[in-house]
Amino acid sequence: MALAPAITDLEQLKDHPAVARLLAWHPQAIESVKYDREELTIYVQVSSLREACAMLRDDPNCRFNLLSDVTCVDWYPAEPRFEVVYNLFSIPRKERVRLKVTLDSSSPVVESVTSVWPGANYFEREVFDLFGVRFSGHPYLRRILMPEDWDGNPLRKDYPVEGYR
Amino acid sequence: MILNMGPQHPSTHGVLRVLLEIDGENIIRVMPDIGYLHTGIEKTCEAKFYQQVVPLTDRIDYLCPMTNNLTYVLAVEKLLGLEIPPKAQWLRVMMNELTRINSHLVWLGTHAMDIGAMTVLLYCFREREDILRLFEAISGQRMMTSYFRIGGVALEPPLGFFDRVREFADRFPARVDEYENLLTGNPIWQMRTKGIATISADDAIALSATGPTLRASGVDLDLRRDAPYSSYDKFKFKVPLGKNGDVFDRYLCRVQELRESINMVQQALDGMPEGPTKADAPKVVLPDREKMKTQMEALIYHFKIITEGFAVPPGEVYQGVESPRGEMGYYVVSDGTAKPYRVHMRAACLANLQTLPKMCEGRLLADVVAAIGSIDIVLGEIDR
Repeated sequence: MALAPAITDLEQLKDHPAVARLLAWHPQAIESVKYDREELTIYVQVSSLREACAMLRDDPNCRFNLLSDVTCVDWYPAEPRFEVVYNLFSIPRKERVRLKVTLDSSSPVVESVTSVWPGANYFEREVFDLFGVRFSGHPYLRRILMPEDWDGNPLRKDYPVEGYR
Repeated sequence: MILNMGPQHPSTHGVLRVLLEIDGENIIRVMPDIGYLHTGIEKTCEAKFYQQVVPLTDRIDYLCPMTNNLTYVLAVEKLLGLEIPPKAQWLRVMMNELTRINSHLVWLGTHAMDIGAMTVLLYCFREREDILRLFEAISGQRMMTSYFRIGGVALEPPLGFFDRVREFADRFPARVDEYENLLTGNPIWQMRTKGIATISADDAIALSATGPTLRASGVDLDLRRDAPYSSYDKFKFKVPLGKNGDVFDRYLCRVQELRESINMVQQALDGMPEGPTKADAPKVVLPDREKMKTQMEALIYHFKIITEGFAVPPGEVYQGVESPRGEMGYYVVSDGTAKPYRVHMRAACLANLQTLPKMCEGRLLADVVAAIGSIDIVLGEIDR
C-alpha cells in the first residue's frame, strides 16, 4: 500500500490554476491548501467564499463550471466544528478541486453559492436540514429530507444513530 | 389551482411528491418535495466498519447497485492506496456495464409505459430477467449483489459464467432493435416527446445536471472517458450526444448507451485478463475460504478483519463515477479508525431533479409525466 505523503505547503502548490487565481485576487482568502491522494483541497476564508467560487467559475484557466457537491463534516467536539465542503469539476479541463470552509458551532452561517451555481439549491438545503448550517442568501432555505416540523439535525455527531432522543 | 402529484403515484417512479400550480392545463410552478424515502444511510455508515458499509451502498440507487458498490469501493481503495489486479478491474467494468443495461431497461420500460406504450415494459423486463439471472449466478443475489468488495470482487465467477454472458451479449443487440422499432419512428411517440421539456446546455450545467440529462443538451461529459477509473481507459466506446435537450433526445441517448454498453461487455469478454480477483492485502481483503479453514494466519486475518475491521489512514477522497443517471460521487472522510468518519453520497438524481421546474414551467400538464420519466429518477438515491 504505497501512499505519497500529503503536500500542505502553499509554496509548492501555488502554480495550480485554482490556487494561483485565488492568490492573485486576494492572498488572505486561502487559509491553507492540501494535496493528498492526487486531490487538491483549498481551505477558503468564510467571508470570501462566494466571490472565490465566482472567480473559479469564470476564470479562463480554471473554468470550474460544474458544482459536483456541497456537503458538510461535523468535527464535534473539536472547534471549529463544521467544515462545509464544495467539490467542483471543470468540464472543459476535466479537473476537480475541493473548497472547504470551516465554521464555529456558535455561528454556523456561510454565504450561499446559489447565485454562482443555481444547482447548489438542493445541496445547501440538505446541509441546512441535516447539520443546521445556515446559508445566507439562499432563495428557499427549508428542510428537504426530514419532515418540516422535525426538531434537531440528524447528521450531527451529538445526535444518536438509533434510539430515541 | 395547486394540484398535488402525491407521493403515491404510478408515474413518479418512487415516492416523489410534486406540487403543481396550474392554470387550466398550463403549469405555472413546479415544486418537487422529497424525503419520503429518507432512511439515514449516511448516518448509519458512520456506525459500521468500512466493509460493512458495502451492502448499504447497494440500496442507495437500487436500480444500479453495482455502480454504487464500485464508487464506494474505489473511494476506500484510494484512501488505502490499494492496487487492484487487472482481472478484478475488468470484471468490475463488465458487471458495471451489465448494471447500466439493467438500469436503462427499467427506465425504458417504465418511461414508455407512462407515456402509454405499455408493451415495451414487458419486452424490457424479459431482457432484465436474463441479466438478473446472470447476477444471481455470479453473486447469489439478483439485485443487491454487493459483489464488489474493498480490494477486488467478492467471489470468482462460476464455471460457464462467461459463456452465458457471451450468449446474452450476442442476443441483446437484436432486442434493442426491437425496442427502437416500437418507439423511435412511432409518430405518437415523437409527438409526445419531441420538443417536450427542453433544457438548454447552460441551464443544465448551472443546475449541476449530469449524465444523459446533460448529454442530451449537447454537453460532452462522460466520466468514464474524461476521468477514467477501473481500466475504463482500455475500452473503446462512443458517448452519445443529443442536440435539443428534449425528452426524445434523452431517450435516444439512453438507447444508444444500451448499444454501447453491450459492446463494452463484449470487449470485456474478449480481453479478460488472467489473474487473481482480489488485491494482495491480507489485512484488508478476506482470505480464500479454503485457506481460512486450513492455515492459521488466514484464520487470524479473517477473524481480525470481521471483528475489528481495518484502520484506514486519515484523509478524504471524492470519487466520481458515471452511473446510468449521471455523476454519482462518494465523499469519504477517514479519521484513522476502522469506521468511516463521514460518508456522503452525491446522488446524480438530486441534482437532475433540480432541472424539473425549469423543464416544465410554462408547458402543459401532460408533459410533466414525460419529463419526470426522462430525467430517470430513483428516489433511493435522492433521499438516501
